[in-house]
Amino acid sequence: MITPTHYMLLSAALFMIGVIGVMIRRNIIIIFMSIELILNAVNINLIAFSAQLQDAVGQVFAIFVIAVAAAEAAVGLGIILAFYRNKETVNIDEMNLMRW
Amino acid sequence: MRYIWLIPLLPLAGAAINGLIGIRSFSRRVAGALACAMMVGSLGLSLVAFWQLLGLPHDARAYDVVVAPWIPNIPLATHTGIGLLNVPWGFRLDPLSGLMILVVTGVGTLIHVYSTAYMADEPRGGVARFFCYLNLFCFFMLMLVLGSNFLVMFVGWEGVGLCSYLLIGYWYEKKSAADAGKKAFITNRIGDWGFILGVFLIYSTFGTFDFRQVQNAAAAMPIETGHFGILSAICLLLFVGATGKSAQIPLYVWLPDAMEGPTPVSALIHAATMVTAGVYMLGRNAVLFQQAPEVMTIVAIVGVLTALMAASIGLVQYDIKRVLAYSTVSQLGYMFTAMGVGAFSAGAFHLMTHAFFKALLFLGSGSVIHAMAGEQDMRHMGALKKYLPVTFATMMIGTLAIAGIVPLSGFFSKDEILFQAFLHNKAIWAIAVVTAFMTAFYMFRLMSMTFFGAYRGPSWESAGHAAVSIAALHGAPHPTDPHAHGKGHKKDHEVTHGPAEPHDESHGAGAIAAFKTDRGAGAPGVKDDAHSGHGHGPWHGPHESPTPMTFPLMALAVGAIVAGFVGVPAALGGNNAIEHFLEPSFTAQHVEARPSTSSGRADTEPAAAGRADTQPPAAHPEPVEGGAEAHASRRVELGLMAFSVLIAVAGIALAYRFYVTKPEISQQLAERWAGAHRLLLNKYYVDELYGATIVGGTFRSARSLWTVDRKVVDGAVNGTGKLTVVSSWFSGLTDRTIVDGAVNFVGWMIQESSHGFRRLQTGLVQNYALLMLFGIFAFVSLYLIAR
Repeated sequence: MITPTHYMLLSAALFMIGVIGVMIRRNIIIIFMSIELILNAVNINLIAFSAQLQDAVGQVFAIFVIAVAAAEAAVGLGIILAFYRNKETVNIDEMNLMRW
Repeated sequence: MRYIWLIPLLPLAGAAINGLIGIRSFSRRVAGALACAMMVGSLGLSLVAFWQLLGLPHDARAYDVVVAPWIPNIPLATHTGIGLLNVPWGFRLDPLSGLMILVVTGVGTLIHVYSTAYMADEPRGGVARFFCYLNLFCFFMLMLVLGSNFLVMFVGWEGVGLCSYLLIGYWYEKKSAADAGKKAFITNRIGDWGFILGVFLIYSTFGTFDFRQVQNAAAAMPIETGHFGILSAICLLLFVGATGKSAQIPLYVWLPDAMEGPTPVSALIHAATMVTAGVYMLGRNAVLFQQAPEVMTIVAIVGVLTALMAASIGLVQYDIKRVLAYSTVSQLGYMFTAMGVGAFSAGAFHLMTHAFFKALLFLGSGSVIHAMAGEQDMRHMGALKKYLPVTFATMMIGTLAIAGIVPLSGFFSKDEILFQAFLHNKAIWAIAVVTAFMTAFYMFRLMSMTFFGAYRGPSWESAGHAAVSIAALHGAPHPTDPHAHGKGHKKDHEVTHGPAEPHDESHGAGAIAAFKTDRGAGAPGVKDDAHSGHGHGPWHGPHESPTPMTFPLMALAVGAIVAGFVGVPAALGGNNAIEHFLEPSFTAQHVEARPSTSSGRADTEPAAAGRADTQPPAAHPEPVEGGAEAHASRRVELGLMAFSVLIAVAGIALAYRFYVTKPEISQQLAERWAGAHRLLLNKYYVDELYGATIVGGTFRSARSLWTVDRKVVDGAVNGTGKLTVVSSWFSGLTDRTIVDGAVNFVGWMIQESSHGFRRLQTGLVQNYALLMLFGIFAFVSLYLIAR
């Protein structure tokens, strides 16, 4: 029997993979993908509890998250493209202009 | 007679139109015609008013008219309490002012006509300006003589001084003219100071400015014989004013310099009218002066000394106008002598005759100057008789009149004064007779040097071209001294010689041309006009003046002949009509109507008696009183007349001998008495004395005040400034150290303290994410633990 605990473990694992990906990877595209992993980990949680509690609100939330993620992806990719055109790189270490 | 206020108003209208519109847009002819028309209208009104005045009974010949209110009932403290100051624009026509308006408008009209020709070479706007000033002068002069109270008179008094200043400085680009105007104005101002103080004193004593009220009040006061009371103080102050306006010692110095003005101005203002204002004012206040016999004595002494001094200076002057100027001062001295000895009618009579013959002489000299193209030095004239027949004839009449030859006008008026002086004080009479001799001498010297002898001026054939080039070579000499570079001229200046050598001639011509150029520089545009002006472009030698100039000469000559017949003395079978006519102006009127009748009569009656003692019957018009005494004095009077005519003839003969038949005598005399000659030539060094004492003193005191200003006032200001600088330096120090220090310290502290924190801002996204992660981790841990 698959209990909410399983779903939460999967979700936590996905979340951690995403966070670590954001932390350690230098390629901004990979970081972007890692953020998608984080969002989807949340989605799994929402869906799991929606099914568990027999409440559609969680699924509606998940749809919202997917929509926001799509918008975020569009904006983020645009930024990356613009950045690439300026610096000819997608290395995150080069993106340190906003410091003291 | 109700319209006497129009008499001064017409010239004012002329002045306003010429001044506001004329200067910009009138031609010479229009400006002159307008001014003349106004004066003719004024003269006509004056004649009508005078005629109506004559129609009144003798004792009622006075007419007051109030044109407009001026100063309404202002409470003002007087000597006796609070009075109401109420001064109207009032005019008063009585015998004295009637005589004066006739003189002013009559002579004024003739001089206006004369000026239209004399000023024809001036630039267009200048002519309108000239006529504007001249009309304005006539307005103020008529205000002066017609005013019925001291304040209206003072308005006129100041106004004529202003116009005198403006007209003396008419050629204001010429420094000497501007200086002369300034000198006249400042000297007059000293006199005006005395006059206005006298007027103030009159108000504080009598509480009114009205002539009649003042006279009636003064007549009721006791005569101040042997001491100086309030009336004496008033009279003395008024006399100070008169010395300024009428050029008496010690304030006469401005009048000779006033000759810098155009000649018609000299004739009108500085001979016929304005300078007699002081005499008129004394006559107007005759009642006051009669109450102050000590001041009368001062007036007589000052007058006779001025007459002598000015006449003696006139003996040696070379500038034709200056001789006449000193002559004017001298004749004014006569008038004051007359006033001082109590012969007010004689003074006013001489004022009138003098206006005729001195205006005539000035206009004649203007004609001569015009003919000689600006030359004023008599040493460069001579033998002009044949070129200027009309000018010569009329000037000769004027000369004989001023010398006192029977039966010209000067004879009657001067002999009246001499006779009154003789009765009053023999010493004064003696000085006056010496002066009469000098008058005859210097006037005939002027005539001889100008019209007789040999011609000593520049030649004129083909002088036109050569003159300019020589003038250019020699540079422009001072205009009043055109012979400055002619050494040869200087040597034989008084010696008659035949036609001068060519060398000298060209010098003279150069001087004249240079003078014309100088005048041209002084008045822009005159140069072009002078050559196209009225057809004598390059100078063609002396020539008779045009009709507008000769007509006034002839009219004035007629006046100089006949004016005396209104005052034929009783001794010669006349009735001395003018004295009888003027008498009401010199006595207090309506004394009977005053409440204090008895005391007033008691005070005035002995006065009249006392005067009757010193001035026996002939002084009074009625030949009935005192039989034998009158007879004796008639013999004395006839003797005196014969004597003074003799003196005049002697003066003329001597001058003729010195300057025509044996010209070398005067030269020898001048060398023998070199010291005296130099003293006279330099006018007793009075100008130098005044320059050293008064002008120099003013400068010195001004300089010492300036030093005080620089040291004390500037020192205080600068000290304050320095103090402020020092204190603000300390203030700045505080500001810099404490305030700035605090601000900077705060900034510095924040900077220092933020050193560590700003390291957090790596700019690396992953660092931020890591920190966020730690943060979340920490908070969640905290949450879990704390729960």
